[in-house]
Parts: sequence; structure tokens; C-alpha cells
Amino acid sequence: MMKTMTEIVVPQLAESLVSATIDKWLKQPGDWVDVYEPVCEIITDKVNAELPSTVAGKLVQILVEKGETVPVGTPICVIETEGTVDVALQAAPEGHSATSERASEKEPLAVESEDAPMRNRFSPAVQQLAAEHAIRLSDVPGTGLGGRITRKDVLAYVASGAGKSNQSANGSVAAPAPRTVDAAAQVRSSGLHLTETPKFPKIEVEGSSNAGRGDNFIDVTPIRNTIARNMRQSVSEIPHAWTMIEVDVTNLVLLRNKLKDDFMKREGINLTYLAFLLKAVVNAIKDVPIMNSMWAVDKIIVKRDINIALAVGTEDSVLTPVIKNADHKNVAGLAKEIEELARKTREGKLTLSDMQGGTFTVNNTGSFGSILSYPIINYPQAAILTFESIVKRPVVINDMIAVRSMANLCLSLDHRILDGVICGRFLQRVKDNLESFNLESKLY
Amino acid sequence: MPVIEYIDAIRQAMKEEMERDEDVFVLGEDVGLKGGVFTTTKGLQEQFGEQRVMDTPLAESAIAGVAIGAAMYGMKPIAEMQYSDFMFPATNQIISEAAKIRYRSNNDWTCPIVIRAPIGGGIFGGLYHSQCPESVFIGTPGLKIVAPYRAYDAKGLLKAAVRDPDPVLFFENKKCYKLILGEVPDEDYIVPIGKANVLREGEDITVISYSMPLHFVEQAAAELAGEGISAHILDLRTLQPLDKEGILEAVRKTGKVLIIHEDNKTGGVGAEVSAIIAEELLYELDAPIMRLCGPDVPAMPINPPGEKFFLLNKEKVKEAMRQLALY
Repeated sequence: MMKTMTEIVVPQLAESLVSATIDKWLKQPGDWVDVYEPVCEIITDKVNAELPSTVAGKLVQILVEKGETVPVGTPICVIETEGTVDVALQAAPEGHSATSERASEKEPLAVESEDAPMRNRFSPAVQQLAAEHAIRLSDVPGTGLGGRITRKDVLAYVASGAGKSNQSANGSVAAPAPRTVDAAAQVRSSGLHLTETPKFPKIEVEGSSNAGRGDNFIDVTPIRNTIARNMRQSVSEIPHAWTMIEVDVTNLVLLRNKLKDDFMKREGINLTYLAFLLKAVVNAIKDVPIMNSMWAVDKIIVKRDINIALAVGTEDSVLTPVIKNADHKNVAGLAKEIEELARKTREGKLTLSDMQGGTFTVNNTGSFGSILSYPIINYPQAAILTFESIVKRPVVINDMIAVRSMANLCLSLDHRILDGVICGRFLQRVKDNLESFNLESKLY
Repeated sequence: MPVIEYIDAIRQAMKEEMERDEDVFVLGEDVGLKGGVFTTTKGLQEQFGEQRVMDTPLAESAIAGVAIGAAMYGMKPIAEMQYSDFMFPATNQIISEAAKIRYRSNNDWTCPIVIRAPIGGGIFGGLYHSQCPESVFIGTPGLKIVAPYRAYDAKGLLKAAVRDPDPVLFFENKKCYKLILGEVPDEDYIVPIGKANVLREGEDITVISYSMPLHFVEQAAAELAGEGISAHILDLRTLQPLDKEGILEAVRKTGKVLIIHEDNKTGGVGAEVSAIIAEELLYELDAPIMRLCGPDVPAMPINPPGEKFFLLNKEKVKEAMRQLALY
């Protein structure tokens, strides 16, 4: 048996990812690792995940220590596997590999090389096709000069469907081979397996034991670093402008009070004001689609899908999970999505797909008591809207003073794309939508 | 459709263009009274008179220079170089003047000339009547260069060249004149400059060529089909500007490419074509790019065995095509 060293590399988890940080090693040198078994936890800009092993074997060396940040594709540890690797490129014909034992493997290889000197010279076209169709070239018969595998040989092999049946039909003899091939090919795959809740890194205080007058130093966690970078990018690239509108939500309050207990019984979740607001925002975006856009230097991209990013805060960070195709959902559906995303955020169970594709952001700042805020746009979107606290205030209606439930909506906008008039119209539409909820309004 | 000779197609094109547009005129050595040494311009002087079919002194630089001057004044001259071998005294006029007038004058002046020149060997013409001068002119921006292999393209490309607002070198193959017959429609048509043409669809190898050798390629392909080798054949037709898309598409078809021309190998059209392929299609190549060209010797020999050695023929082409198919 030959021992083979296989490197596990940082996978390309998402297109925009360029690096990842090792959070914790789950395996130590000397430990046995099964294929797909997590070896470590990694932290990226977007998500935290466990990194599964691509092979089974013994972890012999850790190359990247906990806390280090390395680019995608960097080997982070070495796993020793048992079995032969050269079988992947070995030129043995079908008959040989099926019947002969490993012990005699040298002979067919040598014989093959003599009368097929071009057997292992692969042209770019052949390599490209083999990669495209995930074919082991050692299985493809070569009809070219000196046994060379031609482009047509590969195409014929693909057309015959031999590649697929071969892999499942291979006996134990060839079994280790595809695994090593997989390992090599996995550099750009996203082998993500979210088997358990990834923990948010807790703030660690360094040097706090220094009693007395010293300042405390707090390590910047990866997520804090991401927030900082995104905020800085947004503020430095986007010329922000800000506006606010006041909404009378008295009828909405009455409606919610009427429905919330039934809704809780029926759906098991809270019927929040936020769900109504999202519905009002989404309908307003439909009327003013330019709100759902982004700046692309020489053009403005108006997004077709309305994917609402929702700012969800935790004690030490804020994330913006996305409600995809929010315009396809009714108030009840939105309430469920909000509940689901908020729960996942608190438990740290957000996946990459939960975080991607937002086109407009809503922040429920009222939930922590704010009545006025100046939000920073969620880069590269065009605008962000906050929903402030609902407060009872004296309001003049028809020259009489009434007590009404009022809320402020604040909007930060990318002034390259949007101007005051269009944003005013948008906010007016949101206001109209919110104020037109009444006791007859339906959730479904 | 009438079947006519390659040389007739060229004559018809000139005749029809002169009838269509009275700014079109022909000048060259022996083009008038004699009707050209190959009879390409036969009958034109009788029809159009001495003012429009002019015999010139034996001075190619003057033929090109006069044509350029007339073109700048709005005429549409067709200048004939009796053999492309005699063209070199005119290269300064062609490369330094004709090719640059539009650019130099910032579009104020144009130079709509056509320079016809017979290329190629195989007529026991020896050193000074057999050359292929494409590589001298290719790579000169401002010039268009066409080289038809059959009667249909000869007529259509010459008409397109006459109507083109910029200088066009029209390389007709003298071996093709009487040898090649083909169908040519009676009605007016042009073959667009800058478009290559697929002559045969195939799957094993792609052969790219132009002018006379394409006939060998077509014959060889027909024979190789019997051996189970299917060839995809592309006629470049225009050597400048090269039909890059057409070339890449043809190569993509098979991943194996053979480029054939009679001009010698070093610095020829094939070098440029293979560079385009190498730049754009590395990952789709299934074999090294192959070239089959004239040898890098100074000129076509006059002795028959020497000429035979120099020239391409069906057997040489077929062998190269087979080698590539088997690779």
C-alpha cells in the first residue's frame, strides 16, 4: 500500500469570497478523519462553516493555525491517505485493471508506454473536455498517433455514457482512485456542510488582567471587520442623502391588535408591524422601481427581483439576511420570513444563500426605541429605509387635536441614482400604503 | 447558371463595372491593344476606347502612381500588374501612398484603387513569373487583399473591390485562369470582402487555405472521405482583413488545423492565421497547428523537377491532411 499526502484547501464558498479565517481546529494531528468529516471551522465575510475533509485518512499536519486568515485555495492541512494515486493516470486498459492485483501494476504500465508513447500526452482540448465532463482520461481509449487520446475520442466516450457507468461499476480495486482525483478537482468546489450551529465569535478581551488604569483592547472579530469594511465602503463611495416622513399608523395598530392573537394561535408566530411595513415598502417599490437599483458607473442597474434585506441586530453585530422575491408574498408570508430570518440570525444559522441578492434594505430601528436614525446604505444598493418607534402623539386633524399612533420612516439614498422628488414620491407611496391598512385588510 | 473560366469571370467583372460606372477604367502593360498577356482585358479597349483602357509604359511604379492620383480625383482605376513579380517597383506607391492616404488626410482623401496581379507558379515561369507576394503586403494597415480560388468568387470579389472606397489588392491565380471553370450567375452580385467561406463541412480536421491550393485540398478531402477522414475546409478569400471569427469558428469545429498556401512558410499568411488561433483558442486545440507551404527558398525554380518539388499538389496536401487526422 502506498501512502499519499492530500492537502485540504480553502474552498471557494461563494464567488465574491477571497479569503477565510480558521476559527477552530476540530481535528488534531494524528486524528483519523473520514471523508466529509469536518476538520475545522472557518469564518468568512459572509458565513461561518465547517470545512469537510475531501478524503479519508490521518491528519498529519496543520498548515494554518487557528485565527489565521488565508486566501481561497490555500492548503490548510495535510491528510495521509492509503492507496495508490498513480492509478488515476495509469494507462492500464479495462481488462487489466479489473482482473490484475495491484502487485502486477508496473507491468501493464510499462508495456503500455512502449507501444503508446503518446498515451499520456493530453492536448488542451482533451484536458478541457475531460474536466468539463468529469472524465478520468485513463478510462478513455486513445485512437490517435501513438495511442494519443484525441478530442474526438473524448467526445465519443462522453456520448457513449461510459464515464458514468464506469464509476459506479468499479470494484474495490479502483475505489481509492476517484477519491484522489476528487481531491485534486475540489479546489473550486463549495463543499459546505452546515452540520451544526456555527457560533459567533465572542468578543475576547486581551490583557484585561492588568488591573488598574490600562485601557482594554478588544480584538476585532472577523464579522466586526466585515461590518467595518462594508460601512466604510458605503460611506466613502456613495454620496448619501437623507429624508424622513411621518406616518399615521393608528388604523394599522387597531388592525394588528385585532388579528395578532388569532395569528399567534394559527401560525405560532408573532404578527409584527414590520410585516405590514415590508408589504407597504414592496408595493411602493413596484410603483417606483428605480428604488430597487444599483450604481454601475456608466449605467444604473434596475433589479428585476425585489429582494428585501432585513437588518437584524444581535448584541455585538448586525447582519442583513434577505427575503427573496418579497413581492410574491402576502403579509402573513412576510411575517413568517421575518420570524425565520430573525431566528436563524440569533442562532447563527444563516447560510450563504440567506445573505445574498438583497436589492433594498429595511431596518426596524423602532425595535430598540429609536424615533429617528440616519442609516448607512447597504452597499451596493440604492437606498435603505428605517421604521422608527410607534409613539402616541397629539396630532392636529381638521383643526382639532387628536391622539394618534405615529411613526417616522427615514430614508438614506444614493444621490447618484436618486433625487429628492422621486424619493419623496416613494415615501409618500409607502405612507399611503401604511395608512390605507384598516380593520378590513386581509393578511392572506 | 453558365459555366465559365476563371479568367472570363475576371474579364466580365471589369466589363460590367465599366458599363455600370464610367469612372471605372483599366490601365496596365499591354492591357489595351493586346488585351493583356493572358487575354484578361481582351475586348475591353474595343468596347470602351483608349481613354478607358490604357496601355502604359513598362513602369509599375508609374502605373500604381497614376492610378492613385486618378483615384484621389474621384476615378475608380483598375491597375494591372502583368505578373505580381513585377509589382515590387510599385510597392512604395502602394504601401507608402495608397495605403496611407485616408489616414494621412484624416478622411479628406480616399484612394479607391484596385490593383490586379496574377500570382502563383506551375506555368514554368521560373523566378520572375511565379511568385506569391502576399507576405510583402500583408500586415500593411490600409490595404485590403483578396485572393479568389474559383470563378464565382473572382467575379464577385473583383466587383466588390471596384466598389470599395479603399485600395484593394486583387491576387488572381494565373494557374487557375484556364484550368478552373465554374458556375457564375448572369445577374449582378458581389462577394463581400472580409468574409471567409466554408467549402466543406467536416469533423476530423480543419483545413484553411486560399487560392489555387484549395483545389488540391478539395480533391484530397474527397479521397480522404473514403478513408473515413472528414475534413472541414475554409477558404479565407480575403487575406486582409482576415475573417477572424470565421477562422476561429472553423478551428473550433475540430480542434485540429492545417493551414496551406503556396507562398513560402516563414512570415506568410499562415503564420498570422496560426497566431490568431494560438491567441484565441489554445484550450480548444487538439493538435499542434500545422502548416503546409512553399519551401523557404528564394524563388520557384525554372527546371521542371525543381518546380514540381516547390509546388504543392494533391498528394502533398493529402498526406499532410492524413497526418493531422491521425495525430
